[in-house]
Amino acid sequence: MSLLSAESLTKSFGGVVAVNEVSFAVQEGEILALIGPNGAGKTTCFNLISGLLPPTAGRLTFAGHDITRQPPYSRARLGLARTFQNIQLFGGMSVVENVLAGMHLHQEVGPLAALFPGRRVRRAEARQRQRARELLELVGLAHRAELPADTLAYGEQRRLEIARALAQEPRLLLLDEPAAGLNPRETEDLMALLEKLGGLGITLFLIEHDMTLVMALSRRILVLDQGRLIAHGSPREIRQNPRVIAAYLGEEAGAGGEGRGL
Amino acid sequence: MTAYLLHLAILTGIHIILAVSLNLIIGYAGQVSLGHAAFYGIGAYVSALLALHLGLPFPACMAAAGLAAGFCGLGLGLPTLRLKEDYLAIVTLGFGVIVDLILLNLEITGGPDGLVGIPAPVIFGLSFRPQPRFLALTVLLTLLVLTLAAALVRSYHGRALRAIRDHETTAQVLGINTPAYKIAVFTLAAALAGLAGSLYAHYITFINPESFGLHTSILVLSMVILGGMGSLAGSVAGAVILTVLPELFRQFKDYQDLAYGALLVTLLIFRPQGLLGGGQLSLKFLRKGEEGRG
Ligand SMILES: Nc1ncnc2c1ncn2[C@@H]1O[C@H](COP(=O)(O)OP(=O)(O)O)[C@@H](O)[C@H]1O
Ligand SMILES: [Mg+2]
Repeated sequence: MSLLSAESLTKSFGGVVAVNEVSFAVQEGEILALIGPNGAGKTTCFNLISGLLPPTAGRLTFAGHDITRQPPYSRARLGLARTFQNIQLFGGMSVVENVLAGMHLHQEVGPLAALFPGRRVRRAEARQRQRARELLELVGLAHRAELPADTLAYGEQRRLEIARALAQEPRLLLLDEPAAGLNPRETEDLMALLEKLGGLGITLFLIEHDMTLVMALSRRILVLDQGRLIAHGSPREIRQNPRVIAAYLGEEAGAGGEGRGL
Repeated sequence: MTAYLLHLAILTGIHIILAVSLNLIIGYAGQVSLGHAAFYGIGAYVSALLALHLGLPFPACMAAAGLAAGFCGLGLGLPTLRLKEDYLAIVTLGFGVIVDLILLNLEITGGPDGLVGIPAPVIFGLSFRPQPRFLALTVLLTLLVLTLAAALVRSYHGRALRAIRDHETTAQVLGINTPAYKIAVFTLAAALAGLAGSLYAHYITFINPESFGLHTSILVLSMVILGGMGSLAGSVAGAVILTVLPELFRQFKDYQDLAYGALLVTLLIFRPQGLLGGGQLSLKFLRKGEEGRG
């Protein structure tokens, strides 16, 4: 059985049908990519999956549960995590606190016990801080742990968002353009990180414009254009698909879009 | 003179409880309440009525005052805070007006004249009518409330609340049950305001609706903003300053509201984080429509 499945998922904003009868399934343990020109509805798809928007029609199933009408925090409890295209950190908090916020669901301390910390509670909290530092180590931010999150450079903020999402210990991690705004070196680091996460058994579903990254990481690719799923298949199939080429070329000719590297 | 200073100190303590509780709502949960005085009033009247009509001992009256105000907070927060939109400012404003009208018009609350002859607290046979003793009681309660608030803010709940204030939808994505948190904090803050009301009623021994209207809600809000949203020490400072200053400028009483207004505007322009606050002013209901687009 698939980890996540969408059936005829649809979202319209007034007259605009941003996501139009889209169906797909994400298998446990795979790395799946979602590509398509700007405005194709990719982010809207992720917003529907994570519960930030209610779908106009369709059904979502995650880990055996119908989550179509569930609020985001219930989906997180089932093991769903995500990052944002426009990074959304808690700017006032320190870097390590952002990661700790990601551990909210995994508190070892009872809600009332947390108010009056005894030795046991303090030890549990120290363990979490240690775990948060390990995650920062993993994304190469350990040396920034105590800084306010909004003082980080752009690429660092992207990595912090990933660390925060990993702190949720998700079964499925949605990444919305994780390489956007990164320099080639940072992109390479990101690729290595994502490969490592795949190796740890975390299922990855990513939106990405960097085709080198997409082709290298994912076995399967979904292509969205004007809200419709126009193709899916292996990187090789996608590269040769005439509809995909047309969608990307059309955008390139029109808005000078982002079909680079296909 | 000493009596007057003691009086000021007691009022300050009561105001600290009010400001700290309101700051939990505004500075941590990121919601704006414009009717905090209504919960203060509910606490005062419930406590006074139980003492006057049933002769209940003070600790029972005070506990009932906290429960009643907290229950009203829950009743108001449950339908309001589950909504995506922030209607709390408007709903609490309306609630304040309604409570004011009820207090003014019910027979049992004594209408505009209010209630008189509220007994001073007696605990284990010890009367707290003498001012120094009442001050000791106030200090004790204020410290308890401050300890509770500081513990809450320091715990992982405090982190969750700050996350909600900074980015509500993102907090939800991390698994934080934001409606439950907002309702819990609002209920707790209402209950604490109720306790403050009980303390006030049994200190001043006569109450009328005038003390619990919009004017008082704005005063407490001013304390929070002056001291800094999200700063407990700031709320203490704000409560001290806005209790003592008006007394110093008593002869200008008619201009008090004007002075608060001018103070708030100046502060919002030059130091929006308040005197001691580190965070940004976050009147979320003023900047709608930013969220939802990932
Ligand atoms: N919250 C929203 N309200 C109205 N229209 C939206 C909203 N979110 C996205 N859209 C519209 O839906 C379409 C798809 O947008 P989006 O999902 O962000 O595309 P992509 O991520 O593929 O670039 C666009 O036309 C966009 O303007
Ligand atoms: Mg997008």
